[in-house]
Amino acid sequence: MLRALLRKELLVELRTLESIPGMSLFAVTTFVVFHFALNQDTVSGQEAAGILWVTLLFAAMLGINRLFVADADQGGFDGFLLAPVERTALLIAKATALLAYLLVLELIAVPAFGLLLLGPPLGQALPGLLAPLALGDIGVAAIGTLVAALAVRTRARDLLGPLLALPLLVPIVIGCARASAPLLYATRPGGPPLRWLGTLALYDLVFGLIAYAVFDFLLED
Amino acid sequence: MRRPSLRVLSITTIAAFCVSLSLVFFYAPIEAEEGFLQKIFYLHVPLAIVTLCGFVIGGLCAIAHLRTRDQRWDLRSYVAIHMSLIFGVAVLITGSIWARGSWGHWWVWSEPTLVSFLIIMLLYATYQPLRFAIEDPERQARYASVFAITAGAFVPMNFLAVRLSASYLHPRVLGSSSNLPASMGFTFLVSLVAIALLFATLCSYELAAKRTRILLKARSRILGYQS
Repeated sequence: MLRALLRKELLVELRTLESIPGMSLFAVTTFVVFHFALNQDTVSGQEAAGILWVTLLFAAMLGINRLFVADADQGGFDGFLLAPVERTALLIAKATALLAYLLVLELIAVPAFGLLLLGPPLGQALPGLLAPLALGDIGVAAIGTLVAALAVRTRARDLLGPLLALPLLVPIVIGCARASAPLLYATRPGGPPLRWLGTLALYDLVFGLIAYAVFDFLLED
Repeated sequence: MRRPSLRVLSITTIAAFCVSLSLVFFYAPIEAEEGFLQKIFYLHVPLAIVTLCGFVIGGLCAIAHLRTRDQRWDLRSYVAIHMSLIFGVAVLITGSIWARGSWGHWWVWSEPTLVSFLIIMLLYATYQPLRFAIEDPERQARYASVFAITAGAFVPMNFLAVRLSASYLHPRVLGSSSNLPASMGFTFLVSLVAIALLFATLCSYELAAKRTRILLKARSRILGYQS
């Protein structure tokens, strides 16, 4: 069941290409905007981590906003509710699809960041970046799916989605930016502080469980 | 039934405020370092504690609503969050005044409690826009409850994350209340009770007003059908 739902999500995305290209293009454009806004050719350290995470977060927001739109407008919810399956299956399928979008986004955005803005070579930071990227993605996917489902059937959904998501994602930005900053210094880069990875993992776990617990109630009519 | 309890609550609140204010100004000693300004501690900290508890209570009422499907729990959740938002604005203002007085700036980023409080306020500021962007009343209550539960769990998590991220500059009021002088600790506790009573009283008034309005609407609907 889960596989069928996930397959449908990815198939729809592959055929319409509504989210991933837009998200990636947005991320690359934002790097260009940062270059001019900061008037700097290269960035490093905490500044670089901040730019990377703000860009990824806003690009993710584009995907979050579109996540349930087709289901709400074209009867996907009704079709799903008619099927005799657990409702949480939809949450897991959507969150996994969003996670896949984020992975593709990062496959494009992180090398682009290394090419366009990052001062120190990306190669030395990349292995250490994988852990914060993965933990951040899981958190964004869990919270993003919940928020998208909350906002999609309201009148001002394009506005409410980001408004709801941003405060909830602040702890993820704190964790990811702090965990990746030491990797992005030109001189003597360090490893990601384990304290931050632990906080991120705890946050992901708590909000994953909350999304799992309350998602059913969003799909009752 | 409801009116006497409202009156009793109001009178108790006024009495508690009189006691707490006289304790604050005439009994509690002037603090050595900050002087008279430290008195705002007896207003700011209880307000903040009551606000955060109000948000969490809103979440607990929302859980009760989703479990029982009783609209009254949704009303309680709404009122608790609404009142907490108003108290929260007061917390931010008193906090800013205190920060200006003791550190010289209206806003201090290295101050985890203030920053986490702002993030929580920003999140709860979307509660009403979300709620009133949904027309169907039943779905409105359900979605608002889902939000209240998520945000209620966010309150402690956010404090943890922000506190980890910043240095410890804020006076550790909660952890260190044991090494406050006894007179200050007592005054603080009385202020906390007074503010909590104020919160409860205002919530009861709002609940009573909302219930009356719902009743009136129902009555006028019946009358409208009859005429």
